[in-house]
Amino acid sequence: MSDAAPLGGRFETTGGLVEDLGFVDPGPARFRGVADVVARLAEVGYLADEAIGTVVHLADRLAKPVLVEGPAGTGKTELAKSVARATGSRLVRLQCYEGLDETKALYEWNYRKQLLRIQAQAVLAPEGTEPAAGDPRDPEGTERRWHDLESDIFSEEFLLARPLLEAIASPEPVVLLVDEVDRIELETEALLLEVLSEHQVTIPELGTIRATRIPLVFLTSNGTRELSEALKRRCLFLHLDYPSLERERAIVAARVPGIGEELADQVARVVRSLRGLDLKKHPSVSETLDWARTLVLLGIEQVDPASTRATLNVLLKYRSDLEKAMKELDLAAAGGDD
Amino acid sequence: MLDVLTGFLEELRAAGVPVSLAEATDAARAVQVVPAADRAAFHQALAATLVKSPSHLPAFETAFAVYFAPRGAGVLGEDEGSEPEAASPNRGAASMGAPGDGGGPGAAQRPEDLAAALVRALLAGDQAAVAELARQAVARLSGMEPGRPVGGTYYLYRTLRQLDLASIEAQLLEALAGQAGQPTDGLRRRLLEDEVAERIEALRRAVQDEIRRLLVADRGAQALHRSVRQPLLEQVDFMHASAEELRALHRAIAPLSRRLAVRLARRRRQGREGRLDVRATLRASLSSGGVPVALHWRPPRPAKPELMVVADVSGSVASFARFTLLLLHALASQFSRVRSFVFIDGIDEVTDLLDRTEDPAEAARRVTTEADVVWLDGHSDYGHALTVFQERWGAEVSARTSLLILGDARSNYHTPEAEVLADLAARARHVYWLNPEPRAYWGTGDSVVGAYAPYCDQVVEVRNLAQLERFVADLA
Repeated sequence: MSDAAPLGGRFETTGGLVEDLGFVDPGPARFRGVADVVARLAEVGYLADEAIGTVVHLADRLAKPVLVEGPAGTGKTELAKSVARATGSRLVRLQCYEGLDETKALYEWNYRKQLLRIQAQAVLAPEGTEPAAGDPRDPEGTERRWHDLESDIFSEEFLLARPLLEAIASPEPVVLLVDEVDRIELETEALLLEVLSEHQVTIPELGTIRATRIPLVFLTSNGTRELSEALKRRCLFLHLDYPSLERERAIVAARVPGIGEELADQVARVVRSLRGLDLKKHPSVSETLDWARTLVLLGIEQVDPASTRATLNVLLKYRSDLEKAMKELDLAAAGGDD
Repeated sequence: MLDVLTGFLEELRAAGVPVSLAEATDAARAVQVVPAADRAAFHQALAATLVKSPSHLPAFETAFAVYFAPRGAGVLGEDEGSEPEAASPNRGAASMGAPGDGGGPGAAQRPEDLAAALVRALLAGDQAAVAELARQAVARLSGMEPGRPVGGTYYLYRTLRQLDLASIEAQLLEALAGQAGQPTDGLRRRLLEDEVAERIEALRRAVQDEIRRLLVADRGAQALHRSVRQPLLEQVDFMHASAEELRALHRAIAPLSRRLAVRLARRRRQGREGRLDVRATLRASLSSGGVPVALHWRPPRPAKPELMVVADVSGSVASFARFTLLLLHALASQFSRVRSFVFIDGIDEVTDLLDRTEDPAEAARRVTTEADVVWLDGHSDYGHALTVFQERWGAEVSARTSLLILGDARSNYHTPEAEVLADLAARARHVYWLNPEPRAYWGTGDSVVGAYAPYCDQVVEVRNLAQLERFVADLA
């Protein structure tokens, strides 16, 4: 596939109007606008800010995949899951890993079943009733039977759909999540390109399978390596960083049952201060939630140095980070309390 | 609209952000889909379609702030209708050269009164009021002169100094403490300080936005952008990096060294197809009627890659050395089998030192103070350093070892002893040389890189992050 394909070679004739470019029709809108995205994501328990709302809205209207990048534990995967819940779509997930190939990502022929089919043919059509395949006395029959057999074993019955094909071929609405796409090799990325820009899968024996309804696609990346230009060009880019104080406080309040407003506020403030330090690994949103749950379980209503010190290992996982945080947040003095 | 967008794209490209034609079209489509009056959505639509790497975001933000700065006076204020009174006084403020006439509420205030009003607004968290006060402060205190080709840093500094930011900060701290009750322990005090710092930062941004707005009105977006745009982090020359840029580089190095680790690990996995696993293959063949359709392989025995990094830490590459030490440290935390050496005219192993120190800045300090790298006079002597390396550690260089040499190969006219490197290269699996000097200078003066080059798999110019990234990418 060529890079120019999405433009359809009609770019010169457009003048100022971009609608004529021959882009794919995104289909009926899933959301009524940015505010609607934010509201409906909030209904399923995902607190999106305006940036997230805008990108999801764009992804829906432009029929483009979203590449979500950011530090671990900022809710990248959760975003895709929540969008699936909010739109009532099925979530199809492709977990990437090093060594992923097309038989695990796109489709695979079920060759064991094909083999059984061939052997069964020999058993079910014993000699005498009809000449067996490859019988030199009946070249015409052999040809015909071979043809039947070929079109038979390369039919959909023998096809194993992997996530990408599954998402494209699904008759119901689908959200496709390609998780941790930075883990696959640069060369393997090419597998994704046809699905991402043309919304189709080409199987040589069967032809091209097109999506009936273009799925919303989310790719997540932890930024461990630079993704290829070809992939990035096809995607909308969303950089998910740690949330602002207000948003984090709201997330804690929404996701941790039984937490008081004051405690949620203090939790968010401590985490913000920790993220301001130069640490090996900053606390993620999920770790913030874990910490808030810990505090609630322990029946702590006020964050004070002693309780923070005792539970800080929920937030920080490196010894050097713990030591630095103790020093910077002046927690060491509280050592004798517990 | 399209004209505005095209101009903006040119600015982005001029700032070094690569924007392809397809992305430009996407941007044009995207801004039609979001509500036109929504500035935040417009901003996000452009960011999502044009910026595909976090390292390009700062450049994008600067370009956006300059290019889509509310032009003329009070454009934003009028649209939002939040401060009807702001519109007219600002017309005055925007016409440069008449800084005193920017009226508005309490226009005759002295800087101290302005500061007091700011403290009240910051305390209440009233952003509209902060922005308005920032406007007045800039009009009265920055002393802007029309037509001067500057980026505005000086005006920012001048405004903030006259406002006495430190005193505002202290007052704010006290006022907030008064609201919430005096902090009883260090933790609460720290939380409070961080809160104050964030509000002060918001004020600084408001002042900066205002200055930028006035500068755009004065000189036009393109001219201003030319003076404020900075090189992308990946283009910053290691040799001339400022302290702040070095800190940013340090953050960028960690993922890069991980990538380097992955590259080496991946290579050893691809290197050899393991042996056939007969047992597993037979077991699998039972499901296909005894025909071994799927072959199973034993995983190849992983050979641990060994990396020996030899870095020049002499004065001639001082900035580069600070950077190499960061790289050394990052690599050491990724590979278990990395051994680090530093040299000037003597050479010393610093593997243990790096292992024991977790903080990169501290590690760099200890390497420069504790390592025994001076032999005679403390001027680089590559020949002697290599000879000693060969004598003391040469026996440990094996066919699994990759040798990475970092330095400018300026040996102060000592003999290069290239045959020592030849001998090492014959035994090592790979020898890579990263040179922080521009390629044009290689071989001039006392540079002996040409003598070493024949024995290296690759000699690469690595002056910035982009080049280092390319080297890592090409390793595969």
